Amino acid sequence: MSPSPSAHLHLAVALDGTGWHPASWREPVARPRDLFTAGYWADQITEAERGLLDFVTIEDGLGPQSSRRHEPDERTDQVRGRLDAVLIASRVAPLTRHIGLVPTVVATHTEPFHISKAIATLDYVSTGRAGLRVRISARPDEAAHFGRRTIRRTDAHDGPGAHHPFTELFDEAADYVEVVRRLWDSWEDDAEIRDAATGRFIDRDKLHYIDFEGRFFSVKGPSITPRPPQGQPLVTALAHQTVPYRLVARQADIGYVTPHDADQARAIVTEIRAEQQAAGRAGEPLHVFGDLVVLLDDSEAAARARLDRLDTLAGEPYRSDTRVFTGTASQLADLLEELATGGLTGFRLRPAVTGHDLPRITGDLVPELQRRRRFRTAYDATTLRGLLGLARPANRYATAAA
Amino acid sequence: MSKPLKQIHLAAHFPGVNNTTVWSDPAAGSHIEFSSFAHFARTAERAKFDFLFLAEGLRLREQGGKIYDLDVVGRPDTFTVLAALAAVTDRLGLTGTINSTFNEPYEVARQFASLDHLSGGRAAWNVVTSWDAFTGENFRRGGFLPQEERYSRAKEFLATAHELFDSWHGDEILADQATGTFLRDARAGAFTHQGQHFDIEGRFNVPRSPQGRPVIFQAGDSDEGREFAAADADAIFSRYATLKEGQAFYTDVKSRLAKYGRRPEDLLILPAATFVLGDTDEEAAELAHEVRRQQVSGATAIKHLEFVWNRDLSAYDPEGPLPDVDPVVAEEHISRGRAQVRMYRDPVAIAREWRELAEANKWSIRDLVINTGNRQTFIGSPATVARIINEFVQADASDGFILVPHITPGGLDPFADRVVPLLQEQGVFRADYEGTTLRDHLGLAHPDTGRRTAAGAERAAS
Repeated sequence: MSPSPSAHLHLAVALDGTGWHPASWREPVARPRDLFTAGYWADQITEAERGLLDFVTIEDGLGPQSSRRHEPDERTDQVRGRLDAVLIASRVAPLTRHIGLVPTVVATHTEPFHISKAIATLDYVSTGRAGLRVRISARPDEAAHFGRRTIRRTDAHDGPGAHHPFTELFDEAADYVEVVRRLWDSWEDDAEIRDAATGRFIDRDKLHYIDFEGRFFSVKGPSITPRPPQGQPLVTALAHQTVPYRLVARQADIGYVTPHDADQARAIVTEIRAEQQAAGRAGEPLHVFGDLVVLLDDSEAAARARLDRLDTLAGEPYRSDTRVFTGTASQLADLLEELATGGLTGFRLRPAVTGHDLPRITGDLVPELQRRRRFRTAYDATTLRGLLGLARPANRYATAAA
Repeated sequence: MSKPLKQIHLAAHFPGVNNTTVWSDPAAGSHIEFSSFAHFARTAERAKFDFLFLAEGLRLREQGGKIYDLDVVGRPDTFTVLAALAAVTDRLGLTGTINSTFNEPYEVARQFASLDHLSGGRAAWNVVTSWDAFTGENFRRGGFLPQEERYSRAKEFLATAHELFDSWHGDEILADQATGTFLRDARAGAFTHQGQHFDIEGRFNVPRSPQGRPVIFQAGDSDEGREFAAADADAIFSRYATLKEGQAFYTDVKSRLAKYGRRPEDLLILPAATFVLGDTDEEAAELAHEVRRQQVSGATAIKHLEFVWNRDLSAYDPEGPLPDVDPVVAEEHISRGRAQVRMYRDPVAIAREWRELAEANKWSIRDLVINTGNRQTFIGSPATVARIINEFVQADASDGFILVPHITPGGLDPFADRVVPLLQEQGVFRADYEGTTLRDHLGLAHPDTGRRTAAGAERAAS
């Protein structure tokens, strides 16, 4: 799936608290005291829907946020605490009509059976707009919240694949997604028959045990929840290195990557396509989106000044795994078009300050891209898969039986 | 001075995977589309019900090694659908059944705390426990829990969840933009729990929710289950909806409270109840019989007999006489994934009794199941049903009911439209919500302040 030069770009927004900059909560527009209310999240997501965005992702984790990579900190000057992302998405689903809802789920300590039916249910309550962003947890303190395994403290490095410290966790996540996907297919679409003559509510031949047996867990199935409206809700993952690229290539519909320029984008996309081929998915659609932190203002100087002000409040310069963009909507549109030449089909923008940068995305960037004929002018599909040009997939078990 | 009238509490159980739901009726809608849940919840809220209730089963039921296909099959994820219902209701409590065996406290506590935040204080948890390896096949740890440890795990699970809820006190978030202090306390959410079932420590990441803790329900009926409820629950979802049994259960459970330092008003008894309404009592009785026939098809009658006989009876004609063969008494049971089979303790005696009944009344297999199975709890005109419910509650056989309509999603509407106004006229059911949280509706004390709404204070005084 390589985009033609003038193809529409896909746009998503990643929501995390009051924004991705650790001092974002101190901006007057930030509403930090509302973070734990439904109204806050409804306002952000309806704003994203006003901008016709493809979807929002919602960050989550099984421990408090931390400025340290693999352990908690004891800071009191940043936002700490969050609500369950799947439940935020579900709470907002009935208040929105078009936008996709993609909460983060942690594969490491949770049950694939529970998550499969949770996302299937999100797909029902949103009538076909659900997805998930799968991540691992490598923090020893989060493992201690569950007490079922010990994860050693280790510093990530991009060594050869087999020696990557988190290879096991990513392999487990791949199995996890496999189980989630099989459970979504464990009911055929027409399994409910309500046949009064025989008294049967379902045709049980159209329900399937998934009989997954792997290194990390076994799951029998079928799901307790019928196949969701999209058949297969969207599976997405963020990836920075070879091992997570492999997870994206094996199991995802969208991978989020973090190139800083078009050449890096091209190299990453090439690597993911090769992994995709190795995984036997060469012909299947797989979007690769670029992630960017954005600060949008009327002038580049204003955006830079705002970043400086935030950094001063935070007491240190903001560091991110992504490129941090400061500038105008027009400059950002230029950058997105340039990065897209590297083979990216869309972008997931991380607003530095949600209350400021999200309305700039919907109010300035989107119209700019529309003027360039690079973004939709109306929602043109009723499901998230539809917005992304992905067909409703056939059921793997129905195919096997035919 | 006469005793003041007790206020009745009413809740609505979404019909679904059980043998009272009539899916074959032309009025029966989807059991999975959100529109059904939204309709049902809005009706319950329009009628000022205390809460909506969702059951749960984590493995599709089987009989004779095959997925049971005669009842409704399939349901949504409990937490996810309750969070969505919070968006289409303002006051209605949202009670979810969540298993304490195939979950971990950290995750369940953050889901309930999140639901409580997202609903403005309307979350409740019906804590259930199971041990079967059959259900365990869907989960990481399989059938890890011995049957005799199921309540010890449930108790410790709940205690641990409470420690997590209580790890935030409610005043930690300062969010002072001027000074840059978000948290007052760097250790907010810190917890340590060491026990037989859980050995965990760290930081809980959901701040204290509006109700402090979700309201806790318990549904088990064993002696252990009753003790669990007396020690830890705010309400019991019970099965005793006849006057004598209800009073006996009510007295028994309420008498267990004192030894845990609790008072009778701290625990509500709410039996499940079904109903059929008609314009007259006679019409309702006829309708009730027709509903029983819809609930018990010939195929269902055979399967029902198999629960007791514990053997394949598919060769028998549901319109013919009962089997001559005796039940198979064995550890292994033909039915898996449902609690009901445990009710038949002496199947051979039951089979003998049923054969005698069938012969005496000239009943076929289907007639027998229709006539001996659970008839509806309340059958009559709206006035009759309102009177019986009120008498039941005033006679201390319960504090109210969890109603289970037999039609999805519209089965609650006639009750809301025709019975509730009569109870309101009699002054025994609220005309409007008096508070915003489920604790307010149930008159339960807030764990932080001990404050109750007037309804709860009256109950405490009576």
